[in-house]
Amino acid sequence: MSIRTLDERRKKAASKWADLQTSPAPLIFIGAASCGLAAGAEDVQEAVERYLKKNKIDGRIIQVGCIGPCYLEPLMDIQMPGQPRISYSNVRPSDVPLIMESFFEKKEVAKSRLAGHLGDVEFDGIPRFFDMPMLKPQVRIVLRNCGIIDPDDLDHYLARDGYLGFEKCLSLPWTEILDTIKRSGLRGRGGAGFPTWRKWLTCREMPSEQRYLICNADEGDPGAFMNRSLIEGDPHAVLEGMLIAAYTIGASQGYVYIRAEYPLAIKRLKKAIVQMRELGVLGQNILGSDFSFDIRIKEGAGAFVCGEETALIASIEGKRGMPRTRPPFPAVSGLHAKPTIINNVETLGTLPNILRQGAEWYAGFGTETSKGTKTFSLVGKVRRTGLIEVPLGMKLREVVFDIGGGTLKPFKAVQTGGPSGGCLSEEFLDTPIDYEHLAEAGSIMGSGGLIVVDSDTCIVDTAKYFLGFTQKESCGKCVPCRVGTRHMVKLLEKICDGRGELADLEKLEKLSRTIKNGSLCQLGGTAPNPALTSLKYFRSEFISHVKDKRCPAVVCKSLVSYRVIAGKCTGCQRCVSVCPTGAITGPRSEPHNLDRTKCIKCRSCYEICRFDAIAGDAIIIES
Amino acid sequence: MNTRDSISDSSLSEVRREFKGERGDLIPVLQRVQDIFGYLRPETIRSVSRWLKISENEIFGVATFYAQFRFHPPGRHHLRVCLGTACHVRGGEQIFMTAEQRLGVGPGETTADGQYDLDRVACLGCCALAPVVAFDAKIHSQMSVLKIQRILDEHKNA
Repeated sequence: MSIRTLDERRKKAASKWADLQTSPAPLIFIGAASCGLAAGAEDVQEAVERYLKKNKIDGRIIQVGCIGPCYLEPLMDIQMPGQPRISYSNVRPSDVPLIMESFFEKKEVAKSRLAGHLGDVEFDGIPRFFDMPMLKPQVRIVLRNCGIIDPDDLDHYLARDGYLGFEKCLSLPWTEILDTIKRSGLRGRGGAGFPTWRKWLTCREMPSEQRYLICNADEGDPGAFMNRSLIEGDPHAVLEGMLIAAYTIGASQGYVYIRAEYPLAIKRLKKAIVQMRELGVLGQNILGSDFSFDIRIKEGAGAFVCGEETALIASIEGKRGMPRTRPPFPAVSGLHAKPTIINNVETLGTLPNILRQGAEWYAGFGTETSKGTKTFSLVGKVRRTGLIEVPLGMKLREVVFDIGGGTLKPFKAVQTGGPSGGCLSEEFLDTPIDYEHLAEAGSIMGSGGLIVVDSDTCIVDTAKYFLGFTQKESCGKCVPCRVGTRHMVKLLEKICDGRGELADLEKLEKLSRTIKNGSLCQLGGTAPNPALTSLKYFRSEFISHVKDKRCPAVVCKSLVSYRVIAGKCTGCQRCVSVCPTGAITGPRSEPHNLDRTKCIKCRSCYEICRFDAIAGDAIIIES
Repeated sequence: MNTRDSISDSSLSEVRREFKGERGDLIPVLQRVQDIFGYLRPETIRSVSRWLKISENEIFGVATFYAQFRFHPPGRHHLRVCLGTACHVRGGEQIFMTAEQRLGVGPGETTADGQYDLDRVACLGCCALAPVVAFDAKIHSQMSVLKIQRILDEHKNA
């Protein structure tokens, strides 16, 4: 395979893609990423297959990745001949026949569950999908193909200028590519935000026969799924990025280190790597050049700390994933003591776009110091949850309220950076999202988890949750991290249980400083952040727990109790039937009695009263 | 070599063909072995030790470091409750406690009849549909205390 034959293949792919847009047969696209599948995409697809078979319709089903607004899953698009793709949201299998009947029998666009169309021009008065409030403020660069193409079909990727960025590279000296990346201002998207080009330069300048490139897909940060979505929706973009990086730094062997918890992403990657080999962009003398490169997949085995560079290397070498002192940095001495570059999935996925469209184009997005776009997983108590991509420098307020649609209950905080980040209160809503401003506020950018919490979330409980997480994931090498986090969890548990004292808050702060200073890697170095920022911005909530023995958000189990409001209870006995301890009693049609000494606060009665009972809100939880 | 050793050795021969037998293969080898046997038996660890020339102690050290490896036979069905941040703030902990109560086992344990394994998992990556649980390979989204009870009851009665 040479560059010429690749170009020919791309042309063929482009005409195949164009044919798909004007397909004479109806097309049905199903959002089948992990989130879509969790929401029931498989059942929807089955319903579609049943309908097509029953009515002898020659339609084609195409599975696509995640397009972003996960709260609308399962998503199903229908493309009739001569029409754009029309998207339907929250589709249940029982909706499928109705939607299909409208298209195939009444010959008109179905109106129920309609989300919008994916065409470029106005169509039939239907709103554009990408004009929805959640999508309009976004800039999709890394995610440009997610949810649009079939991730298993290489031709779809090729048709959308796939491997064009890498092709450009082959005609350029590595110094020029490095310069392009430098001018683009790209910084590591894994969290630390180190300039990508500088790391690369260090590695390239090391005299060595062998250099390695590792794609860090060990997305362990709970509450973040950007990398999973990108790999599931557009695996070739990440792999093309690996080719570009490997060519620039002169690596001949690459690894993708990916979490075993992402089986679909692993499957997609494996398939894509086979396709790359067939295309001739992997192996010896790629496209007739003297560049040779191969990629192997290494599955993680469930250790958060392996997201740290040196721990990740230890894990690939078959050892316990424990970080070591740096320097030497992996760029100097990494895997098997050879110069190694570890880049995040998103960093790599961005590269083909920069090479294709130019450094200045990319640098046109974002701020002076944080250029380009960043993907975030917008989750928690926000109305519109999902995967988003926005230019850096956008204000938190725009993300939470304009894109996310705000919260149901009053907004309380937004947590950025996962277990290494912090909880930012309302006063930080006008903070621009970039590396510097988030650090100034005491949090970090992190890999891109944005967890929004409202007045129903207890900040002390959240801090306990994060510390509990880092304590479990601490590798145990440094005493301050191993023992210190354990003590912090104990103190936070004490406060949540209503046994806390004011002195405990100071102890927490003191321990935090010790852990930060005494830990080798960033797991320990940032572990106290969630507690520290919570103590700083939400001290009153801690005080309520300690002094008043109250949990204002009504979350901490020891501080809450359940009560039946006699005036509201209709005596429908639904709660009696679900109570596991027999704490609720009472004859039918009369207000029930809740025995607090028997109540284990399992929430069953509360839920059934809200969703299934006649009264709806006769049981309350109070603190 | 006793008989149990030779049994595991013969099953290992399949695994041996897939790997070069380098030090770096240790974790993938253990993952493959666990795929086949369901867990890591002491005899298998011994065989892997002889093959890769890494001491049993060290293999044990590596295996216990990672959450994925188990040292007891797994139950027939696996319930994993996600406790990622998004699931936590949407009530994942309560769902986990309900599962504990229903199954009568703690995290990492198997029910006495060998039917169910219960595990906490750090994040399944379906945060936008939190809280979620994974029952065997299927992920259930937007869980509630009542929904998890229903899933378990329906499965038990099926």
